[in-house]
Amino acid sequence: MTELLVKNACVIDPLRGINGDVMDIAIRDGKIVEEVSDAAEVVDARGMLTMPGGIDSHTHICGTKVNFGRYMSPEDMRAGRTPRRGPMHATSGYSVPTTYGNSYRYSVMGYTTLLEGAMAPLEARHTHEEFTYTPLQDTMANTLFDGNWAIMEAIRDGDIKRVAAIIAWTLSAVKGFGVKLTNPGGTEAWQWGKNVSCIRDPVPYFEVTPAEIIRSVVEANELLHLPHSVHLHCNNLGTPGNYTCTLGSMGLIPDLNPKRQTLYATHVQYHAYGGSGWKDFCSKSEPIANFVSMRPQIVIDMGQVMFGRTTTMTADGPMEFNLYRLHHDKWSNHDVELETGSGIIPVVYRRKNLVNSIMWSIGLELALLTKSPWQCLLTTDNPNGAPFVKYPEIIALLMSKRYRDAEFATVHPDTGSRVPLPAIERELDWNEIAVMTRAGAARALGIQDLGKGHLAPGADADIAIYPLKIDEVDPSAEYQKVIDGFSQTEYTIKRGRVVARRGECLVHGSNATFWVRPKVPENYDMSKDPDFIEKFERYYTVRMSNYPVQEEYLSRNRCIETEADL
Amino acid sequence: MIVKDAVCPFCGCLCDDIEVEVEGDRVVAVTNACELGTTKFMGEKRLKNPIQRVGDEWKDITYDEAIRYAADMLLSAERPLLYGWSGTHGEAQCVGVHMAELIHGVIDNTSSVCHGPSILAIQEVGHPGCTLGVVKNRADLVIYWGSNPIDAHPRHLSRYTRYAEGFFLDNAFRDRKVIVVDVRKTETANIADEFVQVRPGGDYAILSALRAIVQGKTETIPRTVAGVTREQLIRVANLCKSAKFGAVYFGLGLTMTPGKYKNIRNAIELVSELNRHTKFTISAMRGHYNVYGSNEVNTWMTGYPFGIDFSRGIAFYNPGETTAVDILARKECDAALIVGSDPAAHFPRRCLEHLAEIPIVQLDPYPNATTAFCNVQIPVAVTGIDAEGTAYRMDGVPIRTRRVLWSDYLSDEEVLSRMYALMQEAQQP
Repeated sequence: MTELLVKNACVIDPLRGINGDVMDIAIRDGKIVEEVSDAAEVVDARGMLTMPGGIDSHTHICGTKVNFGRYMSPEDMRAGRTPRRGPMHATSGYSVPTTYGNSYRYSVMGYTTLLEGAMAPLEARHTHEEFTYTPLQDTMANTLFDGNWAIMEAIRDGDIKRVAAIIAWTLSAVKGFGVKLTNPGGTEAWQWGKNVSCIRDPVPYFEVTPAEIIRSVVEANELLHLPHSVHLHCNNLGTPGNYTCTLGSMGLIPDLNPKRQTLYATHVQYHAYGGSGWKDFCSKSEPIANFVSMRPQIVIDMGQVMFGRTTTMTADGPMEFNLYRLHHDKWSNHDVELETGSGIIPVVYRRKNLVNSIMWSIGLELALLTKSPWQCLLTTDNPNGAPFVKYPEIIALLMSKRYRDAEFATVHPDTGSRVPLPAIERELDWNEIAVMTRAGAARALGIQDLGKGHLAPGADADIAIYPLKIDEVDPSAEYQKVIDGFSQTEYTIKRGRVVARRGECLVHGSNATFWVRPKVPENYDMSKDPDFIEKFERYYTVRMSNYPVQEEYLSRNRCIETEADL
Repeated sequence: MIVKDAVCPFCGCLCDDIEVEVEGDRVVAVTNACELGTTKFMGEKRLKNPIQRVGDEWKDITYDEAIRYAADMLLSAERPLLYGWSGTHGEAQCVGVHMAELIHGVIDNTSSVCHGPSILAIQEVGHPGCTLGVVKNRADLVIYWGSNPIDAHPRHLSRYTRYAEGFFLDNAFRDRKVIVVDVRKTETANIADEFVQVRPGGDYAILSALRAIVQGKTETIPRTVAGVTREQLIRVANLCKSAKFGAVYFGLGLTMTPGKYKNIRNAIELVSELNRHTKFTISAMRGHYNVYGSNEVNTWMTGYPFGIDFSRGIAFYNPGETTAVDILARKECDAALIVGSDPAAHFPRRCLEHLAEIPIVQLDPYPNATTAFCNVQIPVAVTGIDAEGTAYRMDGVPIRTRRVLWSDYLSDEEVLSRMYALMQEAQQP
């Protein structure tokens, strides 16, 4: 038995409605408990801001395309390197750090749970291997279904239950957590070098539309009672005028789940563009934020862009090719048979570039204009908008109008006429930031009942203690203190152990991977479905028996079993 | 006992449909594998136990002794080299990286003398690729450039291209065109629809000519380029542009011939250009069954695919300086651990002269050319036969190899983990 007592913590725990109370937190064997014995080790938090460990609800940290981002970018690897030191291994990389680099830097910022935003089922084993080397965070993977042949065929046949059955089999096989659609239909079209323009455009050969894919998969997701909702990267990412497509996609979604949203729309900054081309490109954050505020069934994340160099990587292959034609830098693409694809290019977001300045504004506007912080979570779509180490700056921008104005004065001078940002007075408070970075993320991912995102007895003892006295710091004026405070915890506690202190990671942890196993009736078991098996063996290049990710790839793991309504 | 869907641990095709019949501790029959794979499954004469050179003799030693010898050798080395890795499973490769980091060594894999230049080109211009199944199901044009799969990757043609069934092709054999570009008429050229015979060293010029034609600058092309007629070049460019889905597979005939990484860069840029007209992909024909896995493991753990030097604590990558051949040729290396490869059969003479001077421990099931240079050789279980573990196919698809029989041999991972544990112990303050 190990016990730990965090004393005098100034706690913000939004899921329990605790907002700045000074209290003690008792921990036994990795869980929060009511009380511990006098023998417990004591961590004195001295009134410092203490929150549940950070949860990134959309980040790219592990897997085939992330690793290819490293592989093709020695210049990025050189841009951030540390030697082996104590229990910390050597790290490399700035925008796409090595797995240890990701894990240590997130841990130092107080993050204890990460959702990998996109995992191709065929290559899932790779994602899980990298999870093993991301030791200080619990991990889970969104699984890509955007161009899945069997699913598109089932949709064409109008068989939603079969869609659900295919998702159930695949998630169990690849040890996936959530259902991800990236440019639904577009990734399949891209295997012919084509794309879909918006949600009514049919996918070549399969003759289903993105709208049908979205609607059917959302329904199937709810039939399976998965913890997380469908996680959607809308069609048409990055194109001027795409906000109508985004609104159209969100408009497809009924409210099907009382506990959480029915749709999680990710990196919406990239989908909130007005204009008919780059010349009249402008922000459409207002209609998007208003739309979301009126619909509890939708949660979005920001996908904030920050200025500087980064690497873009997404399953959205055609979008990356379009970006390549704009930037003329190196371009990688990786289509995955019968399932999905991906693309990667390095980019630099510049203040002197009008489009980049507008993009920077839009992300902030979405967070400030969406009424409830529970509906707009803080992300950069790491590393697409910026590496996650920029989160503290984003927090400070959201908390300080003065900081925003100071930054706005440095961006492209025409930005003011294209965006509403300068007119927005709202400054988020500490509690709202806690919602956007942990509590809201836990609720949206459906993991609060698994003890994530809050500090109630029984919860996982994942805690971030920041060297910030919230009654002494005025975030509106002292934004540099906010940035510094969120950049480095005083203590990061993971499963009841202090894993990071003042920038140093202290232990080699072992994470847990969360995955789902929906139970389906016998007649919906795809592993026994003759048609499914026959097509699998004919058109995949891996045998069906070699496809599932074996137990060996899950060191510590939590399987979430659900009962499907089929 | 028959093991179905076994994974062949020979080449980068990583065929996973092999049937292996086992009697006791022997493989007696192999179905579906090519000749290369069958030979590997059937096994050669393995070393029975670790051996140590004493004077002109080999002495049998225990695993404990061998592992201790290796750990001491590496700990006392100033510039240790950990080389090979392409012929073992990913889990062992991970231990290797940790070991290199701990002792401030250099870790390099066989791609530095193989597709290393291809990787350098990718680091300059990227890589438009795809999994093999995308080609199988869609490609109506396949180009083998400087590669001869009939000899080196025998089932590439039947599983993924020429003889494979394809979802979007009514009659795949008839509808799929194959072009072979090579300096000589290979076996693969014999089954091609179009054979482009390039003068040795002329690939770069051919690629540039094709790029010009694809860009519509046909008038700039001379009557012949590197021995290929203008007419044929135009025909090939048109075949590419009119294909619905084209795939280029290149081998060492493009990577390791004059021009080296510039050739690959030019080929990738041709493919990127073709993507403005139709869909095109390009990929390397990786050799060892898990050479790509070694690149992957190195990359997620250190940031770089090969040639990583930890001598200054951080991971440092500078091919040409931090690669095995260079470190040996400069006589810097003072001890080497060789895992899953046979450098003595492939390295330049100057490197071998230095290898003969320094202590070497090799992990390999079989005696090979490198054995002659070893102080100690430790036989290990063969991944895919009596050990299991992860391998990455040439297109990046990871597959867990199966164990088809049980033996008393330790796996690479087990041997390396024990070595690493001893080294960690010794380094405790």
